[in-house]
Amino acid sequence: MPLSYTIAVIAIPLLMFLFLGLVGVKMNKKVTGVLGVCGMLITTILAYGVALTYFFGTGEGQMVDGVRKAVTVFNPDWLSFSDQLVVRMGIMLDPIAAMMLVVICTVSLMVHLYSLGYMCDHHGNAEKGFQRYYAFLALFTFSMLGLVVATNLFQIFIFFEMVGVSSYLLIGFYYTSPAAIHASKKAFIVTRLADLFFLVGILILSFYTQTFDFFGNDVNGIMGMLDDPQASLAQAGTTTFMGCSAMAWALTFIFIGGAGKSAMYPLHIWLPDAMEGPTPVSALIHAATMVVAGVYLVARLFPLYVLVQGAMDIICVVGAFTAFYAAAIACVQSDIKRALAFSTISQIAFMMTSLAVSSANGQLIEIHGGYGLGYMASMFHLFTHAMFKALLFLCAGAIIHAVHSNENDKMHGLHKYMPITSIAFLIGCLAIAGIPPFAGFWSKDEILVAAYEKGLGWGLWMSMVAGMTAFYMFRIYFLIFHWKKHEIHTEHAPADQPWTMTLPLIILATISIVAGFVPAANLVTWDGAPLHTQLNWTVACSSVLIACVGIGLAFKMYYKENALPERMANSCRGLWTAAYKRFYMDELYQFITHKVIFQGICKPIAKFDRAIIDGFFNMLAQVTNQTSFGIRKLQSGSIQSYVYFYLIGALLLAGITMACVLL
Amino acid sequence: MEIFNNILIYFVIVPLLTLLGLALCSNKGIGAIRAVAVAGATVLVALAGYLVYLFLQARGAGDTSEMILRSEVMWYAPLNVKLALGVDGVSVVMILLSAFIVFAGVFASWKMNPLPKQFFLWFYLLSTGVFGFFISIDLFTMFMFYEVALIPMYLLIGVWGSGNKNYSAMKLTLMLMGGSAFLMLGIIGIYFHSSADGNWTMNILEIAQNDAIPHQWQMWLFPLTFIGFGVLGAMFPFHTWSPDGHASAPTAVSMLHAGVLMKLGGYGCFRIAIYLMPFAAQQLGWIFLTLTGISIVYGAFSACVQTDLKYINAYSSVSHCGMVLFAILMFNTTAMTGAVLQMLSHGLMTALFFALIGMIYGRTHTRDIRDMGGMMQIMPYLGVGYVIAGLASLGLPGLSGFVAEMTIFVGSYMHSDVFHRVLTIAATCSIVITAVYILRVVGKLLFGEVQNEHHRELTDASWEERLSTATLILAVAIIGCFPNFFVNIISDSFLPIVGALENAARAAGMM
Repeated sequence: MPLSYTIAVIAIPLLMFLFLGLVGVKMNKKVTGVLGVCGMLITTILAYGVALTYFFGTGEGQMVDGVRKAVTVFNPDWLSFSDQLVVRMGIMLDPIAAMMLVVICTVSLMVHLYSLGYMCDHHGNAEKGFQRYYAFLALFTFSMLGLVVATNLFQIFIFFEMVGVSSYLLIGFYYTSPAAIHASKKAFIVTRLADLFFLVGILILSFYTQTFDFFGNDVNGIMGMLDDPQASLAQAGTTTFMGCSAMAWALTFIFIGGAGKSAMYPLHIWLPDAMEGPTPVSALIHAATMVVAGVYLVARLFPLYVLVQGAMDIICVVGAFTAFYAAAIACVQSDIKRALAFSTISQIAFMMTSLAVSSANGQLIEIHGGYGLGYMASMFHLFTHAMFKALLFLCAGAIIHAVHSNENDKMHGLHKYMPITSIAFLIGCLAIAGIPPFAGFWSKDEILVAAYEKGLGWGLWMSMVAGMTAFYMFRIYFLIFHWKKHEIHTEHAPADQPWTMTLPLIILATISIVAGFVPAANLVTWDGAPLHTQLNWTVACSSVLIACVGIGLAFKMYYKENALPERMANSCRGLWTAAYKRFYMDELYQFITHKVIFQGICKPIAKFDRAIIDGFFNMLAQVTNQTSFGIRKLQSGSIQSYVYFYLIGALLLAGITMACVLL
Repeated sequence: MEIFNNILIYFVIVPLLTLLGLALCSNKGIGAIRAVAVAGATVLVALAGYLVYLFLQARGAGDTSEMILRSEVMWYAPLNVKLALGVDGVSVVMILLSAFIVFAGVFASWKMNPLPKQFFLWFYLLSTGVFGFFISIDLFTMFMFYEVALIPMYLLIGVWGSGNKNYSAMKLTLMLMGGSAFLMLGIIGIYFHSSADGNWTMNILEIAQNDAIPHQWQMWLFPLTFIGFGVLGAMFPFHTWSPDGHASAPTAVSMLHAGVLMKLGGYGCFRIAIYLMPFAAQQLGWIFLTLTGISIVYGAFSACVQTDLKYINAYSSVSHCGMVLFAILMFNTTAMTGAVLQMLSHGLMTALFFALIGMIYGRTHTRDIRDMGGMMQIMPYLGVGYVIAGLASLGLPGLSGFVAEMTIFVGSYMHSDVFHRVLTIAATCSIVITAVYILRVVGKLLFGEVQNEHHRELTDASWEERLSTATLILAVAIIGCFPNFFVNIISDSFLPIVGALENAARAAGMM
């Protein structure tokens, strides 16, 4: 399949959005849903074709001397800032872009199909706004696809904004619920704040490079400048501002932009709240695709980040801390979607850290004669995580749809009622916990190897977080499906959901089992050359052992109803509460936004405007008014006073004349 | 006469003919009044479209002169005042914008009551002034048309306005007249230094050619003219007429005022203040740059706490128009092109906002967001329109606001001076604050449960309201999706101005 078919991959979702948004609202609900699924199916088939052609074909310049090169399919000008600085809207395929096409389309198709069942009530009637829902899903898919095939940094920024808006619209899908409105607003504003940094980063970088393109057509792109010591990029490395090079500032700001989308600490606060959206949306946007945009961004600029060790160190520390922080919170959450959200944050932090541990002292670390293992591991984990996390979220959706609650104390003992969902969820848990041969084991193992290579401390830290992951996932699993007998709260007993919802679970579960055998090391590397990896038995065995300990602990505490969890929570009540309240980050933000910014800045400015600035102009008017009232008395209309003033004036003039003549 | 062969003059003649037609209508015949008003607006849009075509054709044929379609008639020989016409890319797009807004404005004031005939009379007089301003290249006629555009405002707000309308109308008129006073002083000053040999002229191109204004005079004349136009461009601290004025004005007047009239300010700033006094612009630019930088952030913060829909948009206009002047003062083609894009974008989306607010107010009789909620369930068409306007305002790619703001930011950051770059970064913060106030109002007004049960009986948009908003939404989307079309028209127009600025800098030894 020619690579130019990528255009259709991008265009179909856009057309679907326009069609469903403008025409679809008037159509039958089911028809629009089926139309959405069909559109997505075609897109997925095309995307698979393109990705396979890219990875295994040789015809269009993608393989040069055994190294995979980026292929620019088309790249027209969109907005010319100046003769040199032009924003282009193009399509570029390279290993990570092709991989992302597969990830996005797979998950999106599953979600489209699943939503046919999920967005209906128990009588099979579609919910209000069904067409709008499918239109927004198409919009999101379009934006996300546009983001990954971007040929330049500015295009990524544009689609960053687009996915942000799609996410806003979908989180706030139930727009009559105050929680949903609040969550959507919060998500948009936090990510917008991060995008501001991204924008400033782009401004700084482009000031030196004079181009946004990664690989230019006629002029050198950013990546082309890397080897050229005379290039303007080198100047950015030497120009300093407040002690750091311009390059370091730019790359750190760009990372902050990515951190906002990828929910890194302390910009993570929007993601747990975003769970107010419909569950399939959480699976698509807030677990598998949009939230990895930040990781993707750093991976995109990876060769630049390698040059600036300071920026890499920041990513490393932020990533490692976030991974632990989110895992700790996930251990105590009672809302299953929130727990999964924190698990997502923790896993994305794994990917970030993995990118950052690839280099030390401005050089890539060598492992078994290859370079950039962390990069490969990160992208591989991105791929496998998207599959099993989407699976977990869709299972959670099925459960929520069955019991009408997010809280796990309304669930318990569901294994008997929903066997398929239970098994699918178990597969997802095994995958994320890193038990071989499930997908997560292979990718997480590579990350741990890369981390140990960077330093023993990093490796131990990440292993510990991996153990926590196994614990909290199985805690959720046992609490939902076992613990005690299910108490039926609604009029009908919970059961497995219709085939539209079950089929995606089965497909994703299958992928979660086999995805680990994808030869990622041959396909997705930072320079396109295959990387030779081998299983590091020490790391592999120890990580499986740690995962088993985590699972065993969860089994002991949560398989059968017992008082152990309660006793443990009581023994360190303060810590438990703090973790449950997410270490009070939301309260802190609440304080800053409401008390400091709203009460402390906005209100005084608005008061100042009305009282001082406006007051000044009103005072001018008042003074004029008063003066004219004063002067008006001169024009009284009484002849006597006119004669009086006339006489005084005449005498004065006469006096002055006399004085002049006499002196 | 030869001047009637020039298409530009018809931009003044058509509104005047519409005025005449309206005057002949009877007071009762609302159908006839509407027909005449719509006919006038449609002809204007068609003319504007044709003008764009002519412009592209001329440029395509290799005509690189600064202004095209030039012609002039002597008006008052002793002072050498002429009616001189000519347009460059910027004027062309401004004329297109004005025509669009007049068109949408007519439909937005479809049910104007009372005195519809008189309303449209003043409305078209205002349009005459606006179009006249954009086609003139003679200081005298420009100033005259400028005043023609300002005066009807007083009556339009005073008679057809709402709320504290007398106060607002008076305040707006007095402050803008204050600006005009500065401006007139400036223009007279320019006139008396317009040439070295005593052949004084009012023609902008000739004055720029002569480049005869002494530097010490420029230092006086630049602030006078810049502030004169800056008042209309809502520059801090001369912006306070804007919130009150907009709040009291009827819908179409708010649209025309924010959409077009405020653009006269920005247009005048670079066409007269900067182009004719480049030396002083280089010397004093940083003062005004700081003021406009304050405008951007200050307006946005102020908008965050307002509860009246129109006040929110008025303060948001302060912020967005601040960005226009900010970009103009960066003195490079990219930023200045961004300024014109921002004028277009702000004009269209603010007109859209005010149209929607007017339609909502016409139904609920309140503009206080605390009394409203859940409007999306009641009037989905207007609700979706409001969300699109909001997204355009906070800079969603694909709509006009993003293109304009990004061109401004990138252009401003190209400046070689660190102070300018730091100020640019400060100005970019407004994109977050804008998101805050837009989402706040969208959340309160449109989403959530219906606050007032009486609102449930309200109806969605009627056909003329749909037409009015759809026109504007389409225009916003076209600019957002195909920005290069507009950039190509606009950017070359700034070459003479940037050239003059560079010469001045070189002469002063700054470069």
